[in-house]
Amino acid sequence: MEFFRVKKDIPFMKYSKISAVISTTAFILAVFFIIIRGLNLGVDFTGGTMMEVSYPKAANIDDIRQSLRDIDLEDAQVQNFGTEEDVLIRLPIREGLSIAEISEKVASTLKLSNDLMEVKRVESVGSQVGDELYEKGALAVLFVCIGIMLYLTLRFEWRFAIAAILANIHDVIIILGFFAFFQWEFNLTVLAAVLAVLGYSVNESVVVFDRVRENFRKMRKANVAEVINNAITRTMSRTIMTHLSTQTVVISMLIFGGEILHNFALALTIGILFGIYSSIMVGCPMAMWLGTNQTNLAITNPEKKKEI
Amino acid sequence: MNHSARWKYLLILTTILLSIIFVMPNFYGEAPAIQIMPIKAGEKIDTSLLQSIEETLEKSGITNTGLIVENFHIKVKLQTAEDQLKAKSLIQNSLGDKYVVALNLISNSPHWLSNMGSLPMYLGLDLRGGVHFLMQVDLSKALEKTTASYLGDFRSALRKEKIGYYDATKNNDIMQIKFKSKEELSKGKNIIRDINDSFDFKEIFINDEIILKIIISEQTKKSITEFAIKQNLETINNRVNELGVAEPLIQQQGLDRIVIQLPGVQDTAKAKEILGRTATLEMRMVNEDNFNKDIFKDGNESQIPVNSEIFSDRFGADILVKKQIILTGERITNAAPGVDSQTGQSIVSITLDGKGASIFKQVTRENIGKRMALLLIEKNITEVVTAPVIKGEIGGGRVQITGMTNAQEATDIALLLRAGSLAAPMEIIEERTVGPSMGKENISRGVQSTIWGFIAIIIMMALYYMVFGVISVITLSVNLLFLVALLSALQATLTLPGLAAIALTLGMAIDSSVLINERIRDEIRNGNTPQASISKGYKMAWGTILDSNITTMIAGLALFMFGSGPIKGFAVVLVLGILTSMFSAIFVSRAIVNYIYGNKRQINKLSIGEIFKVDNN
Repeated sequence: MEFFRVKKDIPFMKYSKISAVISTTAFILAVFFIIIRGLNLGVDFTGGTMMEVSYPKAANIDDIRQSLRDIDLEDAQVQNFGTEEDVLIRLPIREGLSIAEISEKVASTLKLSNDLMEVKRVESVGSQVGDELYEKGALAVLFVCIGIMLYLTLRFEWRFAIAAILANIHDVIIILGFFAFFQWEFNLTVLAAVLAVLGYSVNESVVVFDRVRENFRKMRKANVAEVINNAITRTMSRTIMTHLSTQTVVISMLIFGGEILHNFALALTIGILFGIYSSIMVGCPMAMWLGTNQTNLAITNPEKKKEI
Repeated sequence: MNHSARWKYLLILTTILLSIIFVMPNFYGEAPAIQIMPIKAGEKIDTSLLQSIEETLEKSGITNTGLIVENFHIKVKLQTAEDQLKAKSLIQNSLGDKYVVALNLISNSPHWLSNMGSLPMYLGLDLRGGVHFLMQVDLSKALEKTTASYLGDFRSALRKEKIGYYDATKNNDIMQIKFKSKEELSKGKNIIRDINDSFDFKEIFINDEIILKIIISEQTKKSITEFAIKQNLETINNRVNELGVAEPLIQQQGLDRIVIQLPGVQDTAKAKEILGRTATLEMRMVNEDNFNKDIFKDGNESQIPVNSEIFSDRFGADILVKKQIILTGERITNAAPGVDSQTGQSIVSITLDGKGASIFKQVTRENIGKRMALLLIEKNITEVVTAPVIKGEIGGGRVQITGMTNAQEATDIALLLRAGSLAAPMEIIEERTVGPSMGKENISRGVQSTIWGFIAIIIMMALYYMVFGVISVITLSVNLLFLVALLSALQATLTLPGLAAIALTLGMAIDSSVLINERIRDEIRNGNTPQASISKGYKMAWGTILDSNITTMIAGLALFMFGSGPIKGFAVVLVLGILTSMFSAIFVSRAIVNYIYGNKRQINKLSIGEIFKVDNN
């Protein structure tokens, strides 16, 4: 079996202007939705309480709302979670009520009306913790970006580093755009997924760039676009197989992973799909426009001497 | 050219064997057990204790399947969960309250495995159920408390040396004393320096006022706060012991935070109550010099002398108490509930440590006939528990507190005092509770995701790359084996995101094999012989594998550094997964390929799937 029976290299770089329009539009749209709709941040970031409770029979959401209203928690959000029996309750931070008290209050009230209710999960986060997570999350993203750029500058050259990181940021913004558009909950696990995507999607660029560097050595007469086209075409089979494998696992997570891993897997799915696109149609043209050519790669490539 | 040195095969086989040993305990499951620990930390366990446990169980017909004595606790393995509950209450009753009996689970893996240090993976709270708390320690309060006690020391030292001063006050952590003259100020300064020479001084002379400002140096502040955190950690340790949790985790996080993890705890309300209680006991003298209740009625607080404060007692009456603290709860070594033999009232009798006892003796001797107040500070509310008249000197450090409304209250307060006081108040700022059924569900979810993802990869790889695909799959299985072995051996905490990371690294690890296989196909396409293609394919793929793994590693390290809790769990697995996948892709898969193809002189065709020839080069 061989997926790509291409006789000629696919002229990817010919479409780079179209793809630039597409990427820019997608990027702007994503930023637009992030600004207009904002991310639906989970309690990890906003602070507050989230409780998952489960009843032996289908839960009566209205009753739960009413009993919470009776104890002055009218700002509670109550909804089914996964199944009819499971209920998710969200409560914002309350002045004068510590996060330790609020979950006990809810649990004891709900137990009163139904003794068989079981508290499956409580996540209560104070506002200071949420603020810190914000800060730490941003720091982590920054650290990853700088780390990857440094490494790529050392191994390749700065043009590739910038191209790869731009492709990466493009992916991350689009993931966030999706989360903002659909108002999927953005919590700590999703942030982990985003960071994993940062590391993972740069792989794609690295593999292509590796081939580009090799091609510069082999294809002396070809121009930059041809070299890049060949590199992308020759690594196509690997790209598909690798991403197919990763995506299979992520789909398996979407099916079997339950509610907690659901958004994590969603973020990875978007990251993987756009990762393929961006490393080919964002990273490569970017490297080309930044002026990558035979000479500036040759200088930074010590292996070249050996082969001559 | 495709031969692996014999040592490489040996290395791989040894690693695989070792990994199997470390992975094995994960498959034996767990048996219910109870864990018995002495309340006082560090107390040794003797054979008589063991015997009495065995006898107690035997009498009620509960068979134990093994007694395990570890450094500071005993574990008793039992057959059923019912036995476990029964045994817990039986043993608790027979041993009394000097020991804590907690429910636990023990791995069923055979002894020779655990003796080799091979243990099942350490599951995080989201997989085994339990409570996680993050507590914020208010260190400024610790500073204030220390400043207050310093100021008390200065006051008495100045009085002793008969140095005239008007007023000694503090504002947060800066103390100031007004002196009558400059000479007395410099004398006073020397006295203070004798007590503790780590202060910075500032002399201020304005409007005939002679003021000495005493500033605590940054260095001292640091040691005060460090000590406060240490004391709080110890107190929490004691309190958690009272709760009876088998394997609690109590750790400092950052400068002023404490993480508490209580696996298996169901009753979160009780846990919070015991942990959250910030009760401290203070003994102070009642200010009786100018005590006139009517003066201090609402709105007339300016009449309260500067050296005193006003608090209510249990019956709502106001009592004027001096600010100077004689003793705090830190000096208490033991507290027990009891009944006063004369009045039949519930009491708490406390024992003080050496220094506490001598202070108490001195104070009671000097203040016969006066009243001493016992203040209980709980949740920022100060209450005078009792304020008895001192009838005579009390030595020996044994003090009885009366004024308890009933026996339950006496027990609660005794527990609170015994469990120690906090050097600084704390507040829960994060709570994560996972019920036991949820933990099991999460495990099965994570495992299912991994298994089905794995199966799908096997099918895809074998179909696409044929024999080389099978080799890739074997490599991937070995990678999984290594990863689980490493996680078990390091006893790294496995969380649900960690399980997701196992699945994810499997998907990512296959990348290395794909890169190799594609390279080999490339070389064949370029017209190389099969043997040369294998050799060149591996060589060319190595650089790419390294580059792409290192970038993912950078992301993993960032997650590890900035993440906490479950995210850290994700990062640990991701980083370890990258390491094992590189090892298995480079060493293991090459060794298998060499074993199959390396000895053959002539291979006409590699089974690596159909290769389409390209004719543009």
